[in-house]
Amino acid sequence: MRYLPLTDEDRTSMLATVGVESVDALYRGVPKAALLDRPVDLPPHGGEIEVERRICALAAQNIGASTAPFFLGAGNYFHHIPATVDHLIQRSEYLTSYTPYQPEISQGTLQALFEFQTQVALITGMEIANASMYDGATACAEAAMMACRVTRRHRVVLSGGLHPHYRDVTATNVKFMSLDISALAPDANGTEDAAVTIDDHTACVVVQNPDVFGRVRDYSNLGAACRAKGALLVVVVTEIVSLGALMPPGDMGADIVAAEGQSLGNPMSFGGPHVGLFAVREKFLRQMPGRLCGETVDTDGKRGWVLTLSTREQHIRREKATSNICTNSGLCALAFTIHLTLLGEAGFTRLAAINHARASTLAKKLGAVPGVVLLNETFFNEFTLRLPRPASPIVDTLAARGILAGVPVVRLFPDQRDLANLLLVSATEMTTDDDMDRLVAALGEVLK
Amino acid sequence: MASLKYTDQHEWVAVDGDTATVGITDYAQGQLGDVVFVELPDEGKSFAMGDQAAVVESVKAAAEVYAPISGEIVEVNEALNGKPELVNEDAIGDGWFFKISIDDETELDSLMDEKEYREFVKGLG
Amino acid sequence: MTDVVTLTGNRGLDLEEKLIFEQDKAGRTAVDLPEPERHDNRLGPARRTRPIGLPGLSEPQVVRHYVRMSRNNYAIDAGIYPLGSCTMKHNPRLNEKMARQPGLADIHPLQPQGTVQGAFALMHELAHWLAELTGMPAVALSPAAGAHGELTGLMAIRSALEARGDARRVVLVPESAHGTNPASAHMCGYEIESVAATARGRVDLAAMKARLAPDVAAVMITNPNTCGLFEDDMAEISAAVHAAGAFVYCDGANFNAIVGRVRPGDLGIDAMHLNLHKTFSTPHGGGGPGAGPVTLSKALAPFAPLPYVVREGEGFRLVEQAGETGAHPYGRMKGFHGQFGVFVRALSYMMSMGSDGLRQASADAVLNANYLRARLQGTMSLSYEGPCMHEVLFDDHFLADTGVSTLDFAKAMIDEGVHPMTMYFPLIVHGAFLIEPTETEGRASLDLLADLMLGLAKRAKAKEVAFFKDSPKLAPRRRLDETRAARNPVLRWMPPAPKAAAE
Ligand SMILES: Cc1ncc(COP(=O)(O)O)c(C=O)c1O
Repeated sequence: MRYLPLTDEDRTSMLATVGVESVDALYRGVPKAALLDRPVDLPPHGGEIEVERRICALAAQNIGASTAPFFLGAGNYFHHIPATVDHLIQRSEYLTSYTPYQPEISQGTLQALFEFQTQVALITGMEIANASMYDGATACAEAAMMACRVTRRHRVVLSGGLHPHYRDVTATNVKFMSLDISALAPDANGTEDAAVTIDDHTACVVVQNPDVFGRVRDYSNLGAACRAKGALLVVVVTEIVSLGALMPPGDMGADIVAAEGQSLGNPMSFGGPHVGLFAVREKFLRQMPGRLCGETVDTDGKRGWVLTLSTREQHIRREKATSNICTNSGLCALAFTIHLTLLGEAGFTRLAAINHARASTLAKKLGAVPGVVLLNETFFNEFTLRLPRPASPIVDTLAARGILAGVPVVRLFPDQRDLANLLLVSATEMTTDDDMDRLVAALGEVLK
Repeated sequence: MASLKYTDQHEWVAVDGDTATVGITDYAQGQLGDVVFVELPDEGKSFAMGDQAAVVESVKAAAEVYAPISGEIVEVNEALNGKPELVNEDAIGDGWFFKISIDDETELDSLMDEKEYREFVKGLG
Repeated sequence: MTDVVTLTGNRGLDLEEKLIFEQDKAGRTAVDLPEPERHDNRLGPARRTRPIGLPGLSEPQVVRHYVRMSRNNYAIDAGIYPLGSCTMKHNPRLNEKMARQPGLADIHPLQPQGTVQGAFALMHELAHWLAELTGMPAVALSPAAGAHGELTGLMAIRSALEARGDARRVVLVPESAHGTNPASAHMCGYEIESVAATARGRVDLAAMKARLAPDVAAVMITNPNTCGLFEDDMAEISAAVHAAGAFVYCDGANFNAIVGRVRPGDLGIDAMHLNLHKTFSTPHGGGGPGAGPVTLSKALAPFAPLPYVVREGEGFRLVEQAGETGAHPYGRMKGFHGQFGVFVRALSYMMSMGSDGLRQASADAVLNANYLRARLQGTMSLSYEGPCMHEVLFDDHFLADTGVSTLDFAKAMIDEGVHPMTMYFPLIVHGAFLIEPTETEGRASLDLLADLMLGLAKRAKAKEVAFFKDSPKLAPRRRLDETRAARNPVLRWMPPAPKAAAE
């Protein structure tokens, strides 16, 4: 077995050092009845060739975005990842190290985290950011819980423009916490005014920008309404590239930003692992969940970094911690920060501009297909179409023709049959003119 | 300063008329190590004896500070916000946490005096 | 050697590296992208009108930046990393290659189900392996890490209790438990009560039995526990807990000691998370990502959260909403379907090891830890007598009166070129040294670790306090001032303040 260095000779002599006859003697605390005397009923070990064959055979049953015209988004986007990103994150020193508990020999990870926190704060327009959460949805749940701690209130309002997975993860997380979730109805028409829902018990209003239907909004007025009533504004961002083109949530008065960072540096990978971004106003620092990296000096006076303010965390505060999170999304955060460093200001804003341009072009083309109506006034790289018939079967038909056409809105809101005809379509820098033309032609035919 | 009273949670209490000043003992600050943050109660807030009133944190530990007697917070030591090290440097002086009104004087009787506290600490080994 | 002063601050291969923000030149980028085409601007009024402040670097600078920084990190690929409770075993590169295959890395979670049958098959296969290895019938794959799995499992327990009309109030947690256990129980709305350990480092069965009452919802047991010991009363604990109408949650962080040899389901466990980033070799990546699937007993299986994969005819179907007969999902724990990229890596590892290899791996992990125990216990103070599982726990009694602390000792280990063990955890012994070598260390590296620890113990006992307090001397940084970091938090780079305008 290629991963095991001990030889039988080693084992024998080590058992002698330990002073037992066999390894079984070391398991003597296990009740006899529970100790298996033979391998469990699973296949025996396999070499690289065999394992590759088996897993690649599974991969071959899937249609990947790199092989088909592809238009899905809804919180998970198909972007280009520069070769440099994947090379660097696979360096042993990043890939195979643990959380930086011994800072003197973890400065590489720590410095990268410090830069990551700074970049996240900059693009969201917030004062500080943590070292990552699991994903956008769990970051959203943490934001809601944090808002309740900060305001000492218990009611959380979730906008109808919030991604339903984020809504459900938030509702599930607080289910047993005596908090009170008010989830507003799906806002397909963009008419929601969450400000009227704020009362004296409201800890926060959670909105998404662009929202799950793709609409872009300025939430400054909602931010002011929250402030006036002592509630916090939580802004969720599921497409982080949008911040290259949009007003940052901090400028709209957001108190907490909970975002998904997958679009930078991380493959879609069927929905995970991704990276939750979490940024707040500095005055809420002590209520923040997750790890924080901070600057300091060593005994020689040299600048260095450490994990800091850990008294918020579970390993010190146990049940009084701000969250139970321990392992986070370190390597995905590294991929994010490397990609953003490669892009820089010029590249990030250009990437956002291309995404918007591609989507704008696609929206125009699809809007011209007979029977298709574009619902959005505004959008970034994703928008909602109203089709003359239910979207799901149409998407299945197009998939059979080798086109991955988008996300039927009912896949996200299964109880909402009235949204059956809506289709969410996204374009990124990966979308070619040919992809668009094939979709437009195929949709036209299917709708005929 | 008037003679101090102590709790078994390592708080000291200095009575001055109808209010008492509260902090943590020198022993407690020594156990904690470098104090990096103190979370103080809001002024005007009332506590019953034994309620959690403040939190004191070092790099690797957080300890609750309890109200040694029942009363209302009349003043907190704002200086600790910028200089938590005062707790290490002068635990029973400039490192005080808050002043609390004395609602029930008899509660003071249950606290330890200097000698009892010294014995108590010795017993902790 | 340490007092050589260089002009650059570099020391041979040990290179200093500025922050990206300190290397900025406006307009520079390392990604060449085309001009956007002419288009209607549909961003609306919320478009960006001010610069962001991101630095501009070229590609060679970026590559150097991260390569230079990486050299300041220790890693398993470079040497033994015996962090107790973390299972820092070898991370096979085959797993990385598999996770990056087209058809796995480039699929979207909301594609029509017919276009991702291979992905569902993979998830189903992984769940099958986990179910077989744990002897438990159901698996919730979606939790993102161990702590998330704890919450997921406890929520299933609470949902099952509520379905019975009896949520209960308290979760019992041994005092040796990891901090995530009480934190997760708290998030699940429970009060936490601590259960004492015996002098043998196990849960005090009598004390626990005495506390079992109708208000207890669950006990959370780590087995093998955080002292590296098998809870030999586990079957009896489970029986008592079940008799009291409560459930048994098992923290499976230490599953590496028993995989392929003991099935927790046979010990009466109702819910247990598995850290795929520990037992199943997926990389820790400097802090994550992980995955924390939860295996569930028959009693809890109906309460598994959404989504989950079921076999249907020749293919598979993803269940994303409530309404299936017999199922009472309590909600959704994570966006999409879980840490799929981690699933691929873990399955690649399991297929590589097979049932025979996994069984050998746990035996080797346990043998390695016991070998270290045997070599160290005459010099260092073993906290609990007898054989250990895959990790061995010492405390700092052997350092009494030396003036050297566990921390000092660890920092001296850094200068010897190894990563220190876990320090100060578990909390139930004083100044803990928790050493977990894993099965992927060979005899030579175990001997290296044992030799250097014995050598350092000798120096400590000779009261060479200054030597220890000064350590590390040879790492990229000396000891860092954590008090300063916490008193005046600097959590991001800030542009230097503009020079005050001349009067
Ligand atoms: C015993 C134990 N329980 C729980 C956890 C939490 O697991 P994770 O970090 O994957 O959330 C850990 C590891 O960090 C652990 O060692």
